[in-house]
Amino acid sequence: MSDVWLVILVVGACTVLFKALGPVALGGRDLPPGLRSVVALLAPTLLAALVVVSTFASGRSLVLDARAAGIAAAAVAIVLRAPLLVTVAAAAVAAALVRALA
Amino acid sequence: MEEPGTVGAGARAVAPVALAVAAFGLTFGVLARDAGFGSVAMVVFSAATFAGSAQFAAASVLSVGGTVAAAIAAAVLLNTRYVPIGISVAPALSGPVWKRALRAQLIVDESWAVGHLGGGRYDPALILGAGLVLWLTWVTSTAVGAVAGDLLGDPERLGLDAAFPALFLALLVGQIDGPRGVQAAILGAAIALCLVSFVPVGVPIVAAAAACLVGLRR
Repeated sequence: MSDVWLVILVVGACTVLFKALGPVALGGRDLPPGLRSVVALLAPTLLAALVVVSTFASGRSLVLDARAAGIAAAAVAIVLRAPLLVTVAAAAVAAALVRALA
Repeated sequence: MEEPGTVGAGARAVAPVALAVAAFGLTFGVLARDAGFGSVAMVVFSAATFAGSAQFAAASVLSVGGTVAAAIAAAVLLNTRYVPIGISVAPALSGPVWKRALRAQLIVDESWAVGHLGGGRYDPALILGAGLVLWLTWVTSTAVGAVAGDLLGDPERLGLDAAFPALFLALLVGQIDGPRGVQAAILGAAIALCLVSFVPVGVPIVAAAAACLVGLRR
C-alpha cells in the first residue's frame, strides 16, 4: 500500500471512531451536571484555540505572517457586523495584499 | 432559537459557511496534489475523514517530506477533539446505535457550531442539515481543486490560508454567550499558543480543551 493510502485509511478510521464514540456510548442520555457545565464551554474554547493556531502557527513554530493581517481584517469586519462571507473575504484580501506588497 | 430546528434550517444557516469551506476545499485539493495524493485518493480522504484541518495537517507533513507516521500522528491528534465534541452532542442523538454512529459522522467544527443552541444544548436536525451541506461542499470542492488546481494558482497568493482562521473567528463570536465563555476562549487560546513550540502538531488544540474546566467553578 502506498504511503498516501495508508494515511487515508488510518486517519479516516480514527476520525470515524472519534466522532462516533460519544454518541454511541452516551447517545440520548443527559450528561451528569458537572460534565454538562464543562462541555457547554467546549465550543468557544476549541474554536478560540483553532483561531490562534491556524493564524500564528506554522508546524511547530510561532510566526507572524500575512495571516495575522487577515485575522485583524476579519476582526474589524466582525466588529462592523459584516456578514460571514464579507468577513472571510476581508481576511483573504488583507493577507493577499500584505503578501503582494512584501 | 425558540422552535426546534429543521434539517432545512440547518442547511440554510450553514450556506455562507459552506462557501468559505468551498474555498478551503479547493486549497486542500491543490496542496494534497503537491503532497503526492492522486485525485481519487484525496476525494476518498475528504469523504471519509471530513475534517479539513486534519487533512491539511497530514498533507502538509507529507509535502515537506515528513514521514507517514508523522503525517498520521498530526492528523489523528488534531481529530481527537472530536471525542469531547461527540460527547457534547451525544444527549441530542437518540435512536439505534448504527443511526447515532452515522449521524455523528456529520459533526464537523462548522455544523457543530451551527447546531449549538447555547449552554451546551445541541439540535440534531440543525447538525444534520448543516453537516450534509458541508460534506457535499467539502467533497466537491476537493475534487475541483484536484482537477482544476492549476487554474487557481498559488492559494497563498490569494490569501486563502487566512480565510480559515477568519471563518473560525466568526464562528467563535457566535458561540460566546456570557463571561464564562469569554474566559474559556481566552484561556484555551493561551494554552494552545504556549504549547505550539513544545509539542507535536495537534496537541495544542486538544490540550486547550482543559480550559473548559472553568465551567466547574461556581
